[in-house]
Amino acid sequence: MSAVIEEHHDHHDHKPTGIGRWLFSTNHKDIGTMYLWFSFLMFFIGGTLALVIRAELFEPGLQFVEPEFFNQMTTLHGLIMVFGVIMPAFVGLANWMVPMMIGAPDMALPRMNNWSFWLLPGAFGILIASLIMSIMGMGSAPNFGWTFYAPLSTTYGPASTDYFIFSVHLMGISSIMGSINIIATIMNMRAPGMTYMKMPIFVWTWFITAYLLIAVMPVLAGAVTMMLTDRNFGTSFFNAAGGGDPVMFQHIFWFFGHPEVYIMILPSFGIISEIVPTFARKKIFGYSSMVYATASIAFLSFIVWAHHMFTTGMPVAGELFFMYATMLIAVPTGVKVFNWVSTMWKGSMTFETPMLFAIAFIFLFTIGGFTGLMLCITPADFQYHDTYFVVAHFHYVLVTGAAFGIMAGVYFWLPKWTGNMYDETLGKWHFWTSVISVNVLFFPMHFVGLAGMPRRIPDYSLQFAEFNAMASVGAFAFGFCQLIFLYNVIKTARGKTSVKATGQVWEGAHGLEWTLPSPAPFHSFTTPPQVK
Amino acid sequence: MSTSNHDEYYIPEPSKWPLVGTIALTTTVIGAVNTIHAGELSMILPVGLLLVAYLFFGWFSAVIDESMAGQYNAQVDRSFRIGMLWFIFSEVMFFAAFFGALFYARVFAMEWLGGASNNASTHEYLWPAFEAVWPVLTNPDNSLFVAPEEKMGAWGLPAWNTAVLLTSSVTVTIAHHALRAGHRKPLIIWLAATVALGVIFLILQVEEYAHAYSEMGLTLDSGIYGSTFFMLTGFHGFHVTMGTTMLLVMLIRSMKGHFTADKHFAFEAVAWYWHFVDVVWLGLFIFVYWL
Amino acid sequence: MIAAMRVAGLLGLMLLSGESLADYQLNMVPGVTEFSQGAYEIHTMVMWICVVIGIVVFGAMIYSIINHRKSKGAVAADFHESTTLEIIWTIIPFVILIVMAIPATKVLLAMEDVSGTEMSVKVTGYQWKWHYDYNVGEKAEEISFFSNITTPDSLSIATSGNVVKGDNYLTDVDNRMIIPTDTKVRLLFTSNDVIHAWWLPQFGVKKDAIPGFINESWISVPEPGIYRGKCAELCGTNHGFMPIVVEALSKEDYAAWVDGQKSAAAEVAASASKTWSKADLMAKGEQVYATFCAGCHQANGEGLPNVFPGLKGSAVATGDISKHLDVVFNGVAGTAMQAFGGQLNDVDMAAVVTYERNAWGNDVGDMAQPSDVKAMR
Ligand code: HEA
Ligand code: HEA
Ligand code: HEC
Ligand code: CUA
Ligand SMILES: [Cu+2]
Repeated sequence: MSAVIEEHHDHHDHKPTGIGRWLFSTNHKDIGTMYLWFSFLMFFIGGTLALVIRAELFEPGLQFVEPEFFNQMTTLHGLIMVFGVIMPAFVGLANWMVPMMIGAPDMALPRMNNWSFWLLPGAFGILIASLIMSIMGMGSAPNFGWTFYAPLSTTYGPASTDYFIFSVHLMGISSIMGSINIIATIMNMRAPGMTYMKMPIFVWTWFITAYLLIAVMPVLAGAVTMMLTDRNFGTSFFNAAGGGDPVMFQHIFWFFGHPEVYIMILPSFGIISEIVPTFARKKIFGYSSMVYATASIAFLSFIVWAHHMFTTGMPVAGELFFMYATMLIAVPTGVKVFNWVSTMWKGSMTFETPMLFAIAFIFLFTIGGFTGLMLCITPADFQYHDTYFVVAHFHYVLVTGAAFGIMAGVYFWLPKWTGNMYDETLGKWHFWTSVISVNVLFFPMHFVGLAGMPRRIPDYSLQFAEFNAMASVGAFAFGFCQLIFLYNVIKTARGKTSVKATGQVWEGAHGLEWTLPSPAPFHSFTTPPQVK
Repeated sequence: MSTSNHDEYYIPEPSKWPLVGTIALTTTVIGAVNTIHAGELSMILPVGLLLVAYLFFGWFSAVIDESMAGQYNAQVDRSFRIGMLWFIFSEVMFFAAFFGALFYARVFAMEWLGGASNNASTHEYLWPAFEAVWPVLTNPDNSLFVAPEEKMGAWGLPAWNTAVLLTSSVTVTIAHHALRAGHRKPLIIWLAATVALGVIFLILQVEEYAHAYSEMGLTLDSGIYGSTFFMLTGFHGFHVTMGTTMLLVMLIRSMKGHFTADKHFAFEAVAWYWHFVDVVWLGLFIFVYWL
Repeated sequence: MIAAMRVAGLLGLMLLSGESLADYQLNMVPGVTEFSQGAYEIHTMVMWICVVIGIVVFGAMIYSIINHRKSKGAVAADFHESTTLEIIWTIIPFVILIVMAIPATKVLLAMEDVSGTEMSVKVTGYQWKWHYDYNVGEKAEEISFFSNITTPDSLSIATSGNVVKGDNYLTDVDNRMIIPTDTKVRLLFTSNDVIHAWWLPQFGVKKDAIPGFINESWISVPEPGIYRGKCAELCGTNHGFMPIVVEALSKEDYAAWVDGQKSAAAEVAASASKTWSKADLMAKGEQVYATFCAGCHQANGEGLPNVFPGLKGSAVATGDISKHLDVVFNGVAGTAMQAFGGQLNDVDMAAVVTYERNAWGNDVGDMAQPSDVKAMR
């Protein structure tokens, strides 16, 4: 078989060389690598903005940035973390792992794959350029929060809003193409015998996530398009004077936005579902209910969006419907949590870094899930909404959920990617320092939120001072701990660790990806394996 | 080895097109914003658009060459089909956003501005003169957004347009049957008819827009009725333009004899797309023009 | 640094005793109204349910982590399915959810019932202040006023340090909203520009103020007192600086306040008909500028580059006075520059324009009189 590949490449090592290898790539691993590094870079940029926020909030009074600039920090931090970190990291992992897990040579549409990736630097280039302009005193960067509610973003938005709108379009195109690719790969490239109900859970979660993405990214594109015409061409979608409604923007945004938050967690669920059985040396408990639970969460995610909008004055029937529908999500999510615990139960566990992150994920995500459940109780949400309680909720599900899931996945698969074992001691250091500091960072936010501190403010009243200072200390600690991660990854990738990884890597590992040598060959399965 | 090995999945060689695509799109959007901001054409925009044209031409040529060289087996073909199908689905969702805006505006926003549900005070204190009737011919603030004088009727030109598009869906299907039966001549004739119908539709649509602007006061900035009207029909018109162009390419390729009775995915993809555009129009006809 | 020491202190306190934590509020306020107490109770209930579930789930996990580890010689069992278990842990959470939903529904329905109110106040959000209008509904009183933060110096780094940070730091306003106790007051929320949200934790009310729409809520405050809240929806640059203060007065005190407001309004009307001296206008103008304009154009008149234009040396502020009056009176459509004609009375308007023309070295020398403004109405 390899002969066919050879025919299309001029080189015998199969790998194109030089910068062209990356710019023109059609290889799922190279593209996956680019996605992951892009995400890592964005993590540091988005994190640095978060540190500006935390520095300003360290004590009452304005110290470092003006309120206007603070709002830009909040906005770009949210946008970069959501669209530039979590989503690309997941796509990177899918690129690397999905073909290997289903026994395919590559993704179904390799050129489009590369296009999906390269659109991201374009989109974020535009966005970050507006921030740089702002720092240089030439206009304001987007300053209306990552939710860009009208009319703050339409009538009152800075000039850079129009660039932002198109940057969202580019991100949307990228995500849609990426998802189409993943769907085509999963539907069409599975090895003989790999039925749907034999697919690894990670593949399943991504399969469902990809559907969520192609269903909601176009809606977001529609929303920003209406913003564009409201701003520049006189339409009045979001303006009551012309018969529109600013709240309509929120409905459309959250129709996208709520499924979006599950887009940012389902693949992490998948990763955890791969890691826990591996290190418990026991099959995943309730495989099929895991699949159905994921599908139920995805379905429910389409009918709960207005729980972000309880204070907009919806008719009470609407408030009740969205409260009940949202509460239901706790049921399938609970099934997942219980299944993970049952998988660990009576296993034979070891606690390498991926497993540590996975366990922390289960604890801390569940805490974030609990606060989510509290938020959906409408009368109580009137008190929680737009406070730091919400900020605490979503950082628990996003940082200790989505991001910890990604970190767990990286440690889990890094040996497979590079052929080298990462430095376990450094990994453990990274884990323990992160897990402690992240709680110092986000746990106090529950308290200030309940005590009445609104979000998106650059200065606050005195009673919030202590917990804010604590959170800021935690933020810097957590940020700097991530340098250990960076160092560990680079060290492993450059082969500076002493231990070479075996093909199977982990004692309890099962699945096609572990039947390949480490590092995995450039074209994963050139002959489809038979799955029994 | 040779291309006779049809069991292998075709992985394309490294390609410059994705990068060209990125540069093209990024340039285009920057050019578009600069144009909007300056109120006059920024030269970056045409450069971007040229790059986009170059991209489509180049990328599709490459794919056509590979396809003609027989490098795509049935599995690759299936990937393309899945890709196209879900791409169309994403387009459906794009239109769903605008239809959603239309429904929301009609069913909720307008009624609320007129005092329905829990919005009695909205009407009493803010817009006492506003009446909730669709289409909105007097806006809440009619000095800021001057409403149109009348509703765009359904049974004149739009009904003709419906007939045109429906017919074109039939003609493209006949062409497809001809292609499957291996009859080139009827294929070309019916395909040409489809392209012609697409062009007629567009001409009529331009006619309608001109009428709306010059006679009816129905414009993009005439309040929510104009906003939804032009947004929906405008994006639809844009899709018809794309579809017609693609049909034209298929016509040229048919004339060149590119398709065989059992290998003509490109043709089918365009036909699907055309049917999709047709179905969207039906939605428009019913909800924008008629009801 | 001081804050860091406070944190250390706080951590110490946490270890020593739970008591002293009372100063550092950790939980939602129960508040003083039916809503806020309803919200508090349901919050408490849901939180404890979650804590209990958490203890069960985390307990099982911790037990397993401790006992089922390879280093202790644990051997993996091989069960991996149980339909019974799956059904049980689908149904139990479902039942728990129903238990939560019932009281939540009750509280919510009560909150949304605005019938039988005795008086109304219309609350309008502006960038970045609140406007209260008593001239609506059944018992219309000709009273309306703006409510601004009292410390405009908090708004920028340069001056933030000058502000004394006391107990009410960032939560004090010049004009409080006044309501009578034990009265069902209907609140009508709307906005003049972007979306704001009127939030008063002690009342359990948070409602968005949306331009072009009116949202309703109601309060009935049993105790006289001063209650503080904030704008809760991001509304632009100074979102963090639009506090809300409500003072509940006994019914008698409230009636007295209403009378006082009416005579004050008459005085203002009288002062508008006299001709003002430039010095008086400048003094008054500086005040008005600080409350209404400095938020955007900054106290030093230099604005924020590319966001808000400076007025120091600006063409408008140093050019034709009628154009200047026009801009301030009618605003600039489609920008953050509002039409102040409806917000400022004749005197304030004349004063602020005069001030802008003569402050920061603009020194145009001319002035506007209240009568000039009156002519524009
Ligand atoms: C990864 C992202 C993610 C995830 C997974 C979730 C999960 C959930 N979220 Fe969250 N959410 C966000 C990201 C996420 N959220 C973000 C970013 C925002 C803010 C957006 C913004 O305004 O900027 C937000 C805001 C937000 C709000 C709006 C708050 C407000 O602004 O007022 C609400 C309200 O209902 C909510 C609810 C929930 C619920 C019910 C879940 C559920 O899915 C959680 C379910 C999980 C559990 C409940 C735990 C496990 C279950 C068990 C152990 C079973 C037994 C449990 C019980 C019976 C209680 N979220
Ligand atoms: C997945 C998403 C994600 C992630 C990972 C994070 C991570 C963090 N976030 Fe969050 N955040 C959001 C998503 C996320 N956030 C969203 C959606 C919002 C809402 C925005 C809105 O309101 O619109 C938000 C809002 C938000 C706020 C509220 C702002 C406000 O309301 O005004 C705060 C405040 O503390 C905060 C803090 C942090 C911190 C400290 C981290 C830390 O975890 C970050 C860790 C730090 C680093 C990783 C930095 C590493 C850098 C160095 C060590 C320095 C070296 C420097 C260089 C090499 C250049 N975030
Ligand atoms: C919410 C922000 C905001 C507030 C508050 C505000 N302005 Fe403005 N102002 C603006 C903006 C934005 C512009 C620029 C409008 C434009 O683009 O032409 C402006 C423009 C002006 C101009 C014209 C300046 C020029 O050179 O073009 C004057 C004069 C002015 N404002 C006076 C005032 C006065 C007087 C007040 C208070 C009574 C005030 N503004 C309050 C935002 C504000
Ligand atoms: Cu007003 Cu925030
Ligand atoms: Cu949500």
